[in-house]
Amino acid sequence: MGLIFAKSRPGRTGVTLPLKDVPVECKLDKRYLRGKDAELPSVSEPEVVRHFTNLSKMNFSVDSNFYPLGSCTMKYNPKITEKIAAMEEFVSLHPLAPQLIRGGMLTQGALEITSNLEKVLCKITGMDEFTTHPMAGAHGELTGVMIIAAYHRNNGNRKKHILIPDSGHGTNPASAAIAGYDVITIKSDKNGVMDLGEFKEKLNEDTAAVMLTCPNTLGIFNPDIKKISDLAHKAGALMYYDGANLNAILGKARPGDLGFDIVHLNLHKTFATPHGGGGPGSGPVGVKKDLEPFLPISRIVKRSDGTFTLDYDKSLSIGYMSPFYGNFAVMLKAYAYILLLGREGLIEVSENAVLNANYLKVKLEGHYDIPYSEVCFHEFVLSASKQLKKGVKAIDIAKALIDEGIHPPTVYFPLIVREAMMIEPTETESKETLDKFIDVMIELALKAEEDPGVFKSFPRNAPVCRPDEVKAVKDMDIADV
Amino acid sequence: MSYIPHAKCDQQKMLEEIGISSGNIDELFSGIPEELRALSFDLPQGRSEFEVEKYIKGLAKKNATDLVHFLGGGFYDHYIPAAVDAIVSRPEFYTAYTPYQPEASQGTLQATYEYQSCICRLTGMEASNASLYDGGTALYEAAMMALRATGRNKIIMDGGVNPIYRKMMYSYTTNLSIEFVETPVSHGQSDRDRIYEYLDDKTAAVILQNPNFFGAIDDHVDIADKCHSYGALLVESVYPISLGILKTPREMGADITTGEGQSLGIPLSFGGPYLGFMAVKKDLVRKMPGRIVGATVDMNGKRSYVLTLQTREQHIRREKANSNICSNEALCALRALVYMTMIGKEGIKKVAQLCLDKAEYAKQKLSEIKGVEVKRSSPTFNEFIVRLPKDPNMVIGKLIDKGITPGFPLGRYYADMEDYMLIAVTEKRTKQEIVVFAGALEEALWG
Repeated sequence: MGLIFAKSRPGRTGVTLPLKDVPVECKLDKRYLRGKDAELPSVSEPEVVRHFTNLSKMNFSVDSNFYPLGSCTMKYNPKITEKIAAMEEFVSLHPLAPQLIRGGMLTQGALEITSNLEKVLCKITGMDEFTTHPMAGAHGELTGVMIIAAYHRNNGNRKKHILIPDSGHGTNPASAAIAGYDVITIKSDKNGVMDLGEFKEKLNEDTAAVMLTCPNTLGIFNPDIKKISDLAHKAGALMYYDGANLNAILGKARPGDLGFDIVHLNLHKTFATPHGGGGPGSGPVGVKKDLEPFLPISRIVKRSDGTFTLDYDKSLSIGYMSPFYGNFAVMLKAYAYILLLGREGLIEVSENAVLNANYLKVKLEGHYDIPYSEVCFHEFVLSASKQLKKGVKAIDIAKALIDEGIHPPTVYFPLIVREAMMIEPTETESKETLDKFIDVMIELALKAEEDPGVFKSFPRNAPVCRPDEVKAVKDMDIADV
Repeated sequence: MSYIPHAKCDQQKMLEEIGISSGNIDELFSGIPEELRALSFDLPQGRSEFEVEKYIKGLAKKNATDLVHFLGGGFYDHYIPAAVDAIVSRPEFYTAYTPYQPEASQGTLQATYEYQSCICRLTGMEASNASLYDGGTALYEAAMMALRATGRNKIIMDGGVNPIYRKMMYSYTTNLSIEFVETPVSHGQSDRDRIYEYLDDKTAAVILQNPNFFGAIDDHVDIADKCHSYGALLVESVYPISLGILKTPREMGADITTGEGQSLGIPLSFGGPYLGFMAVKKDLVRKMPGRIVGATVDMNGKRSYVLTLQTREQHIRREKANSNICSNEALCALRALVYMTMIGKEGIKKVAQLCLDKAEYAKQKLSEIKGVEVKRSSPTFNEFIVRLPKDPNMVIGKLIDKGITPGFPLGRYYADMEDYMLIAVTEKRTKQEIVVFAGALEEALWG
């Protein structure tokens, strides 16, 4: 499809602005003005709408396709939460309003909702306090690592490194590093969990924290998790929980009960807020009581008269992670989702997410290699190593799925599995959808045996087929200017 | 409410198929040792859609609405065309993920390429990323990028940079040993003498903002030249609507530009989600954080779009990545793109000029009030500071009662500016609203 700029014609516009109603014609000195106009396109509203509507049709999405993208929790996003976040009372609220004198009264509803969300997240995770400020999962990780540093610094020694298993999300080591820590990677053992021997070996007085996700990216719950947190605490390290996989254990286990001191959640995963084509997300961070003084500024406080206000006076705080209170509209959707589902509903979420993953796994066993074969949690990892012998790679199977109207799983992650395909069906898919996926995957396994060469031409029904990524890097055509 | 399609019989059938003959779904969780099970899960019962909507509406009513905003401070009440909301409400956009699979994501990818193009056209820069969280984190990322690009360790930051962003910058870099120097503003604009006093061959970057937090417009060409003579980079934080008419960061000689994209079709929404944008000179592209979309061709020679230069990113480089960012603000970037295409080349000039003229009119009306001093030492865009003869907090409290947020008390962030208030005027403010505001302010002071 042509770019929007190709539709531009002088004199067209999509917006009619009000006529100027003030008797002023302000002319700035030329040295403050731009030399030539910004070449934004000149297009009418009908053309803009048609252009973007047609673009949207070239996307796979949860509302139109099965989207079993591992570790991304692509579940259905309830429509009512969109309606709630669009309420005028929220949309038009200026973030500086509560910082004005008596301005807090202008935003009591928003502050109460934020406070309620903090409280309910505490109950879900078993933590004592939450901040909603981080704007995505990785942002929550960074906030968490900053809290770890502030805590240790306050005890006189910031410590040097953070231990992370090799199956961890890439954001874990990246977040630890940009907060100023060395990263020590611990390999996984034959059961797919962090090698306990190597962990003990690397853990010492310089360890600031252990950063884990549980169940991990292979969908395995580490049975030694409590032992690990006890050892870490004994060594003076804190336990960090990457909540990207919380969808697996709602109501079944809580990071706070497992010995974790800090947790971040991805509201855009477990709590059904839409991913927006890559964002916005929301990555609240929860902590145990001892770490509360280090949470970012500001904190919501309930006054004795029942009203809410913001506390900016926190001497031990890590400071400002966000300009305000987090991605409020996203938080609002997650809050509504939690109210809708309630206790039983959230437990059913995890039960069915885990059921669906195990159902797929059992049905695909025998057709694909499954490197870690015990009961999985919300996701599992297949390997296309069997198919590779015929020359068919994980990416080829991924592309073939696109022709079947199925978004491919996460491929080549976790890095520790060859030809990995990480599959997370989520709880919002029907048995028929899962059965269709199983049929398609089995058919593709057969096709890989019989006619492996054909895979290179997949997908055939997509708008494009295997764009040349090397050329993209070489040409670096990243803007039409 | 439940969004799980399974009927009980589906569930039972599936449990049987995976070998759980008891039919007890909890057996799936036998991997969690008994002693590690949740100690409690004390949540209320689920409710119907109708009840939840009603409950939250009740909370929503506790927020004030229909306020006439003269409150800005980097976050503005601009008009959002209805088509922006309509486009971002298409589930094909908002229920998709990061476009890892190009064949299944050409819509998001092409839109992102167009967004990057529009940001370049607006700022004059050569390359833009796909978005960062907000203007503050974008400025922090720019500082980190300047340190990487120059291999130096010192940053000079102008006191006219949004104080919230400066606080964020210091918070983010607490654990890194970066030397920061902050220079005050003089007469509303950047203080050249003080900046040059600290600028040396150890300086990685000078960080400026235009218009600055006080609304003052500057021309930073001279500072850019001086920076470059020392091998330092110039980072400009900008207000995108102002670029409809104001000199671009590129024309000023900036190497990196960042800003808050909220004014481009994104609602205020109590602080987010917003949009951090970043654009750079081409030679800095590989140092840039965040996702970038590039054009290429597919197997059949057809033009296509892909995520590119991914070896900078955390999912490949892990602890050696340029940044830890993964999820960004893609849907907000789409909002900004649709806004920029709707408003277009002529519209963006008109909006900027309306903001400028209306702010100038507000200055005139407010300066007619006894004791109110409108600062005119430097030109401003749509925001300006006034000195009040009485406590701004008292004034603000009184005007809020009349449904007007009159501005921001500068004493909150600047110790020597207790008497000052920062006032913003957008294209949405009418002459009548400005006149009523002036009248209410006069009454609050002297009535």
